[in-house]
Amino acid sequence: MPELLNTQSRHRALRAGLVLSLAALGTIAASPPAAAQDVNATVFRVDYPSLLPLSRLDLPSDDRGFAGARLATDDNRTTGQFMGHTYDTKEITVAPEDALAAFQKLMDAGERLVVVIAGTEDLIAMADAAPDDAILFNASSGDITLRSAECRANILHIAPSDAMRTDAVAQFLVWKRWTDWFLIEGSNPEDTALADAYRASARKFGAQITEDRVFEDTGGSRVSDSGHVLVQRQIPVFTQDAADHDVVVAADASDVFDEYLPYHLWDAAPVAGSAGLRPLTWAPTHESWGATQMQRRFEELAGRAMTDLDYQTWLALRVVGEAVTRTTSADPATLRDYILSPDFNLAAFKGVPVTFRDWNGQLRQPILLSNGRMTVSVSPQEGFLHEVSPLDTLGLDRPESDCTAFEGGN
Amino acid sequence: MLRAILLSTVALATPAFANNVFVSNEKGNSVTVLDSETWEVITEFPAGNRPRGITIAPDGSKLYVCASDDDLVRVFDAKTFEELPSLPSGPDPELFVLHPSGNPLYIANEDDNMVTVVDTETRQVLAEIPVGIEPEGMAISPDASVVINTSETTNMAHFIDTETFEIVNNVLVDQRPRYAEYTSDGSKLYVSAEIGGTVSVIDNAAETPSIIKKITFEVPGVLSEWLQPVGVKVTKDGSRVFVALGPANRVAVIDGETDEVIEYLLVGQRVWQLAFTPDEKYLVTTNGNSNDVSIIDVESLEVIKSVQVGQQPWGVVVAPDS
Repeated sequence: MPELLNTQSRHRALRAGLVLSLAALGTIAASPPAAAQDVNATVFRVDYPSLLPLSRLDLPSDDRGFAGARLATDDNRTTGQFMGHTYDTKEITVAPEDALAAFQKLMDAGERLVVVIAGTEDLIAMADAAPDDAILFNASSGDITLRSAECRANILHIAPSDAMRTDAVAQFLVWKRWTDWFLIEGSNPEDTALADAYRASARKFGAQITEDRVFEDTGGSRVSDSGHVLVQRQIPVFTQDAADHDVVVAADASDVFDEYLPYHLWDAAPVAGSAGLRPLTWAPTHESWGATQMQRRFEELAGRAMTDLDYQTWLALRVVGEAVTRTTSADPATLRDYILSPDFNLAAFKGVPVTFRDWNGQLRQPILLSNGRMTVSVSPQEGFLHEVSPLDTLGLDRPESDCTAFEGGN
Repeated sequence: MLRAILLSTVALATPAFANNVFVSNEKGNSVTVLDSETWEVITEFPAGNRPRGITIAPDGSKLYVCASDDDLVRVFDAKTFEELPSLPSGPDPELFVLHPSGNPLYIANEDDNMVTVVDTETRQVLAEIPVGIEPEGMAISPDASVVINTSETTNMAHFIDTETFEIVNNVLVDQRPRYAEYTSDGSKLYVSAEIGGTVSVIDNAAETPSIIKKITFEVPGVLSEWLQPVGVKVTKDGSRVFVALGPANRVAVIDGETDEVIEYLLVGQRVWQLAFTPDEKYLVTTNGNSNDVSIIDVESLEVIKSVQVGQQPWGVVVAPDS
């Protein structure tokens, strides 16, 4: 059954001491009276059974996604105290089989702003079950079809599509003139979808896939104890006799083999994609554009490093907060109109404002290319031009999307 | 280039005070001192960890530096460069502004959503004022009745009464407000928004301050995303406003009457903060990515020189005439 973790009610404690400390509420007494608004949102996380990740650094924490949402709620409250707006965010975790019933209960309770961490099928089922005035913020699924034929008017995509990520990698590789790719893809359907995204990105930016191999998921490839000995023998053999290539691109959405590729390839080549140089919305090492402050605030709150998923839930609720601040409304329809309008823009520690595509509800944002230790580069790359925004060189552009559910659609 | 040399020669020929120019080097953990007559580096001295905001007492006696990673304000004798006892600042001080009398100091605590007020004589914290998220820009009205703080993630200019330490007004501006600057008559307040790409002009004459104009920027061949306004300085007569445009490597020159951009000057890379010499003949810009400062001739609007300083120059202040 769904578990209601907590309704958070944490306020940043004012520093005590001998100094004159002013209660936040007291300070707004003289501000122009704004319409009071209570903004209620929910983070709805479907927990699927999963195997351990290849790297201990990727072990999932219990508060994954929620911690980012808590930071955003704190941020929104700080701004809200000057506006007369209050924010409250519920956190729900649910097993896949209970997801729809739990979501329905949430809708029956009148909740209308829901940040969803779930797979494509569950997300679509929820969107189709939701009343017209609900807004679902997709914080995790990169499924390209959700931004195209399977788009829904009540889903706004905070998470980048897989196409945005693969385009981000492709632009960098092409900028490097590493245009001959050896694509290694996993054998599960989501790996094939990711590999298809890389194939599309290669076509879009003028790279060639000179070799394409499938790494079969036999279920037994995870490193344990002396597993590295096996990996050290297995991967060179698997990658032997490939056609000439500049770079190996890994498409392993299932995290079965990707981390084994760097240093174990038959030919000396850099790795990008699911391992090596990875396309991320956030990395704990990112520090440009004021990101250091965000990292510090998050680490103080959560006691751990901020992940991609936490950034996406933070961003989802900051989108809500920004729209409430600017419209002084908590009405979902008003918020949705503003979010999709040209007036909406939000600073998100990426150096440029993030905005939405009004043809499929996708948030535009730069993608970090991280080696796990440093931000190596950030896409879009210099020289990839677009008539509207350089950010629209990443992912499905208006003519490429089959989405018709949006006003700005085709 | 020849013209630039001629101009600087003329400048040297006129009797002028040489003022020390202090530049904080964020990554170099130091302050570089330049001579405003020769534009040569006099010295560089350690200034704590991650020095950013920098200012000087009105009498030119003490130099104050926000040592962000030390969580305090370092104080130096502005003549001997000897370090004096530090001031408490609250966590992560980024920018600050001095009361026109030289006391107190109003400090933005970037990590803690707070403005800390510190007595520069007794070194006591007088007040901590809760503001929006990531407080940064600080300004004080010429009559010293109001202190402005801009909060980068809340996107507001907070108007703080200097008597009661209460927020009396909040003005919502564009994304990521970085810097606030009053005209010398206090009638207008300029607030830059780095990610919004605008400078809001706020009318202070009305009972409730409100935005009367948003200045936008456009440079042919430069992506609009790169035009990120940060530091702002206004001449004493209010006729010219200079805005540092960050990664666009330009300083915008604005007509203070119409608030329209009249020119863009090419300076070093990632131009951040600005400071006039006391006679307003020159404007110094810190260029964080090229590790230098550019010197702008304010009258002719020419960039006459660039001088290498320490690693990642952030802030700049020029000593008053002694």
